[in-house]
Amino acid sequence: MNILVCIKQVPDTKIIKINPKTNTLDRSSAPAILNPYDAHAVQEAVRLKEVHGGKVTVLSMGPPQAKVAIKKCVEIGADEGYLISDRRFAGADTLATSYALYKAIQKLMDEQGIDLVLCGKHAIDGDTGQVGPGIARRMEIPPLTNVIKVEEVDLKEKRMKVRRKIEDGYELIQSELPCLLTVEKEINDVAYSPLPNMIKAARYNPIVWTVDDLDDVDIKQLGLKGSPTIVGKMWPPEKSAGAEMIDGDVKKQAKALVEHMLEKRELFEVKGGEKV
Amino acid sequence: MSEKFDVIVVGAGPAGTSCAYTAAKNGLKVLLIERGEFPGAKNVMGGILYRKQMEEIIPEFWKEAPLERPVVEQRFWFMDKESMVTTSYKGLEWAQEPYNNFTVLRAKFDKWFADKAVEQGALLINETVVTECIVEDEKVVGVRTDRPDGEIYADVVVLADGVNSLLAKKLGFHKEWKPEEVALTVMEVMKMPKGSINERFNVEDNQGVSVEIFGESTKGALGTAFLYTNKDSINIGVGTTLSGMIKKKMKPHQLLEELKSHPMIKPYLEGAETLEYLAHLIPEGGYNSIPKLVGDGVMVIGDAAQLVNAIHREGSNMAMASGKMAAETILKAKELGEFTERNLDSYRTDLYDSFIGKDLKKYKDAAHTFEEHPVYFEQYVPLMNRAMSTMFTVDGTAKWDKQKKIMNSFTAGRGKLGVAKDLYRAWRVVK
Repeated sequence: MNILVCIKQVPDTKIIKINPKTNTLDRSSAPAILNPYDAHAVQEAVRLKEVHGGKVTVLSMGPPQAKVAIKKCVEIGADEGYLISDRRFAGADTLATSYALYKAIQKLMDEQGIDLVLCGKHAIDGDTGQVGPGIARRMEIPPLTNVIKVEEVDLKEKRMKVRRKIEDGYELIQSELPCLLTVEKEINDVAYSPLPNMIKAARYNPIVWTVDDLDDVDIKQLGLKGSPTIVGKMWPPEKSAGAEMIDGDVKKQAKALVEHMLEKRELFEVKGGEKV
Repeated sequence: MSEKFDVIVVGAGPAGTSCAYTAAKNGLKVLLIERGEFPGAKNVMGGILYRKQMEEIIPEFWKEAPLERPVVEQRFWFMDKESMVTTSYKGLEWAQEPYNNFTVLRAKFDKWFADKAVEQGALLINETVVTECIVEDEKVVGVRTDRPDGEIYADVVVLADGVNSLLAKKLGFHKEWKPEEVALTVMEVMKMPKGSINERFNVEDNQGVSVEIFGESTKGALGTAFLYTNKDSINIGVGTTLSGMIKKKMKPHQLLEELKSHPMIKPYLEGAETLEYLAHLIPEGGYNSIPKLVGDGVMVIGDAAQLVNAIHREGSNMAMASGKMAAETILKAKELGEFTERNLDSYRTDLYDSFIGKDLKKYKDAAHTFEEHPVYFEQYVPLMNRAMSTMFTVDGTAKWDKQKKIMNSFTAGRGKLGVAKDLYRAWRVVK
């Protein structure tokens, strides 16, 4: 089973600062990490490989330093990694990104065949969750988003069953293969990598492709030119203020909390359905 | 059996990285294992990097290393409660190549240095803790890490795992350090605009100042405080022997807070904002605390080997030199074909013959003596301050009478003989 995982290197948004003048992320203020959801996608691919055999390949688009994120995937257990890196990819929105990744996937398909594509639910720097489905649409395979469990893989019948997280529970879905999954963190725990993987990753040099390495690329669909998205305005969310600490023993705290909540909902004065 | 390396170096600080760099450069297959997220993530020092020993590993490193400022002035402050006596040397020859020493931020510098070792062919793995050396037939043959399938083998294991060196301890090379053998240092990196630094310390953009502070900064305990200028931040910290802290019942963070609000220091920090708070142990046992350095298939370098000259606040340079010497010894042992204690022992003798052994020997009794006789930090610093105050306060007293008064103040508490003894003792340990 050949599994392709699309991954992204992102700034660690847990600690990143926002430039107060431009309202954009100050990328120098946070280290670059492997998008956490993508780590779970790689881990799931590795787990599936252990059961069904085959190979795990990761693919990313980004500047040369994104190689570090690919090496991290090798630590988790990926067999190889490709980075498409070229100035002509720069400034891409989700549409242009999915196009560029799709072009690389096409080439990988021709070279080695792909049975399944995995992505993280979304990248923590953009939070859009559009690139995964965008790739599926271009590949003309079913996108299964928000997957929390792979129930079954039947390579002979070329189908798989997964659980998708929905608002009030989950749904069980069966799909043909190949298909594309975007995964939630619940799908697995990313394991502490074995030492041989660490050594392999330290030695590993990801394969880098430029636009010229890809076939039949429509340059107009790449990078800034291929990105119809216009950012109208950006602003950081307002910080909630005025938190109140409730002291006292548990009983007193509970009472204060309930009173507070009722007050907030303006239910305080409601008795028997009528306002007093 | 898993893969075998020529050398496994445990710890990517200045010692470990110097060793890995030198070994890899000379064609050895090197694995460098770091427990932090990246080299430097967990490493702490006051912030002075010496040019000489670094240059011997990477010539003209200042052209590309992430350094803060070359130090052009070294100040020494002898502080009392509301005064200080100062002395300093400032020389512009230190503002030019090849410089003398630099201020650095370890998180940046160590990472860069480790990348240089990787460029030479060393393999670096992070976030991996070495739990023990693998010993077979009384010979160290590899290390065990906390990772699954975590055993890895090598001809020589170099322990650069820092001050506590649990690995060397497990091998029986040293016992648990005593409180008087280690100093606890706490420090802050504080953000300060470049312009303010230049103004307050009277320097230009690419010039730095180091300040060592004695006396009240440690409440008279054996230790020092320091203030170093980075590009747009400063490092301020204070450290004393652990035993000193215990004896005086001082809390390290409190000591630092008091230092920061001391009237002689406070104006320098106006408007500065704390970026990082760091604390670390420093091995200060000196010559007498150096553990067993070499065994069959194993060597100990850097802080793990207690290579710190507390009097001259030198440590990273000794770490680097020891790492380089260890690597050179391994290369020689490789030619001999065996990595026995005997073949690796020239590391120990080289080390003792070098400036490291000589300097540590020179000051071997200094820390001990100053610890035993707290009079130097506790009494002489305030006396110096009062002497200066007496001498320079114009109050109509004749200078000759003032001198007499000062001399009397020095001998009043301890007697002439006592002072003479103190002086002799101090001279003897640093001579």
